[in-house]
Amino acid sequence: MDMNAYLSMFIDESNDHLQSLNENLLRLENEPEDLSIVQVIFRSAHTLKGMSATMGFEDLASLTHEMENVLDLVRNSKLKMDSFIFDTLFKSLDALEAMVQDIVGGGTGKADVSAIVQSLQAIVKGDYGKPEAQATSGGSEASGGGMALDEFQTSIMQQSMDSGHNVYHIAVTVREDCVLKAARAYMVFDVLERNGEVIKSDPSVEQLEQEKFDREFVVFYISQLPADSLKQQIETVSEIDMAAVTLLDAESLSMLAKPSVPEAPPAVQDAERTQEAEGQIAAARAQTASSATAAPPAVSRTIRVDIERLDTLMNLFSELLIDRVRLEQLAGEIRRNDLIETVEHMARVSGDLQNIVLKLRMVPVDSVFNRFPRMVRDLAKSLDKKIDLVIAGADTELDRTVIDEIGDPLVHLIRNSLDHGVEQVADRLAAGKPEVGTVHLRAYHSGNHVFIEIEDDGKGINRDTVLKIAIKNGVISADQAESLSNEEVYMLLFAPGFSTADKISDISGRGVGLDVVKSKISSLGGHVSVNSTLGKGTTFSIQLPLTLSIISAMLIKLGSEKYAIPLSSIVETAIIKRDVIRNIHGNRMIEFRGAIIPILSLSTILQSPDFSEEQEEESEVVIIRKGDKWAAVVVDDFIGQSEIVLKSLGGYLTGIEAVSGATILGDGQVALIIDPNALIK
Amino acid sequence: MGEELKVIVFALSTEEYGIEVDKVRTIERMMPITRVPKTVDFIKGVINLRGVVIPVIDLRGRFGLGETEATENSRIIIVAVNNLEVGFIVDAANDVIDIDSDTIDTPPEVVGGIKAKYLRGVAKLGEGRLLVMLNLSEVLNKSEIIRLEHLEE
Repeated sequence: MDMNAYLSMFIDESNDHLQSLNENLLRLENEPEDLSIVQVIFRSAHTLKGMSATMGFEDLASLTHEMENVLDLVRNSKLKMDSFIFDTLFKSLDALEAMVQDIVGGGTGKADVSAIVQSLQAIVKGDYGKPEAQATSGGSEASGGGMALDEFQTSIMQQSMDSGHNVYHIAVTVREDCVLKAARAYMVFDVLERNGEVIKSDPSVEQLEQEKFDREFVVFYISQLPADSLKQQIETVSEIDMAAVTLLDAESLSMLAKPSVPEAPPAVQDAERTQEAEGQIAAARAQTASSATAAPPAVSRTIRVDIERLDTLMNLFSELLIDRVRLEQLAGEIRRNDLIETVEHMARVSGDLQNIVLKLRMVPVDSVFNRFPRMVRDLAKSLDKKIDLVIAGADTELDRTVIDEIGDPLVHLIRNSLDHGVEQVADRLAAGKPEVGTVHLRAYHSGNHVFIEIEDDGKGINRDTVLKIAIKNGVISADQAESLSNEEVYMLLFAPGFSTADKISDISGRGVGLDVVKSKISSLGGHVSVNSTLGKGTTFSIQLPLTLSIISAMLIKLGSEKYAIPLSSIVETAIIKRDVIRNIHGNRMIEFRGAIIPILSLSTILQSPDFSEEQEEESEVVIIRKGDKWAAVVVDDFIGQSEIVLKSLGGYLTGIEAVSGATILGDGQVALIIDPNALIK
Repeated sequence: MGEELKVIVFALSTEEYGIEVDKVRTIERMMPITRVPKTVDFIKGVINLRGVVIPVIDLRGRFGLGETEATENSRIIIVAVNNLEVGFIVDAANDVIDIDSDTIDTPPEVVGGIKAKYLRGVAKLGEGRLLVMLNLSEVLNKSEIIRLEHLEE
């Protein structure tokens, strides 16, 4: 059995469970009386325990086991949640997360969790607060070698039994002349995995893989199948001599569980065991009962796909798109009807394909947002503020590339809102605001963009303070300061080397933050803006493109050169006569749809070597927009609309003015993509 | 004996230069280059190298040797250094040779008009032939370019 094949699945699922643990613990903290939440938490912890035990991550399993013990008491109303328990559970989650991260990084997932385990055990015993009273059980029970089942495995099997599954002890013997013992063992496991779950094998899976076994190996196995069909299926694997399948009951299981313990005080042992078993059964019953009442879990119709494969798919599709544009061009030149028809059909199909490929890469922002409730809770605690985080639109979808990159800027903005925005409780009360500050985090679609807003009801941005600091730090001069609009003043927050915090805190305020946020968002093709009312609160708004890989664009000519302008910022195209251009305060403007808008010469901006509209009587213009500002950009000629694949200019050419990237045209030439936002000042 | 180095040999005006083979991705004939506006003069633009957009530098211009028209022999050497992929336009590229790293001497102040800091050293090839080894990370140093830009303004 190849553990690696399961490892990625284990990691994905562990992360899901950790996330759900985190969310539900937070919910529980708000509604400590709601025992149904405890049930959900218990189930997640339980599954995680089973998975990690199966995968051989003992430390993970032992920690989840201790958490489970605590949760078990809570859900049976034997223990009341309090802040110590919450903190310990959150700490355990952090430790679990660190272990899973370690496994992701190729580590063994081992970590010293004895301190947390001790606190958890102290909670179970009800004597926390006196940390010296501690038990040593922790990791020691795993050491019982040989066929001994550790208690996680026993409890999994016991619970499966209670829920009506069959638990088997299977002894498989391979033939004496078998050449590839490891391969046969693998095939047996393959059969088993198809019909149920292997709990433990002896020798271990690794040893089996390395053929470190004689002729026989033993597995503990949970399945719905009857014993004889199981036996038959295993024996159909070639070179398997025989498979002895024994159905286990609770009694034989508990015998197997602790074979190394001498039978000296049987009465006591037995009594203990029955008690324990009863406890387990009760627990299992409670669990099945609750899962029965909960909504039946929808059958998942999704598969997990390696991100790299998606990227490859995307790249291949980009190549295809370039060829498609080329084909369209050729078909246009050759003018043969059946060729044109075929190319048109292909264009339609590839259009649909493009939609699907792009959708595949869309991920709900929830995958970024879901870590914030926990972060806000911890931060609010350490800042000694009371803050509510309200998330809306977590199901809004964004391209995965954007999702991957947007996390850090958001963390920074939220930290900023918590630290500098929301006031201390006393100040809030003095200002007549509710004690608990609210931070809204919302995402929504608008046109070809996604907006993410972070709104706090804190003290707002003080224009004068910002200006004073900006002047002090040399960001602007005192003369400039006078003429700036409020919005421009707020944008100073994003200037490099600017920090409004009087004291440097470890939350934010190192003055390296917000300018990084801005450059990160710009690099994603987005924009950030600030709105604030003094005393009422501040809103940071981030505008992001829906996708980074394929966009619709208008191709234009400028002498011998071709450029692409993203369609999303084009209002319309027009042809204007020379005599409608007016000169207002030295700026060339035209009247367009009732408004006076500036005219920009693309050939001047891009220093075109062989085109100038100076002598033209009529000029082609593209009307572009940035927010509510419009401008007319004079070009040489329109070529047409096209789907283009965004390509980066590479690390060597960065910060090129008015150019956001490049694309490859149907004829194999590179065309630069104009950044309309940089044209409108 | 020091280490054996495999080196691509190319020509710029009258000198011969070398770049280690493992830093060279491919060598291409001249192809259409798309101009990128508002860059320093020696950045000629970008090319489409099998679907990847790669910036191209005229090495003569980079070293201030005076740019010339491309000829039949001109080549674009695509190098990959520090995660940057860049194409160098050179007058000719026609040889791969092995040199012994011991034969590389520290460069004199100026070789063929190129400052020493762009050079890794000078290798003697025998028969009076000298091969100038380039220090690629310095040639592609961006802070240097920014300073150049400021000088031009």
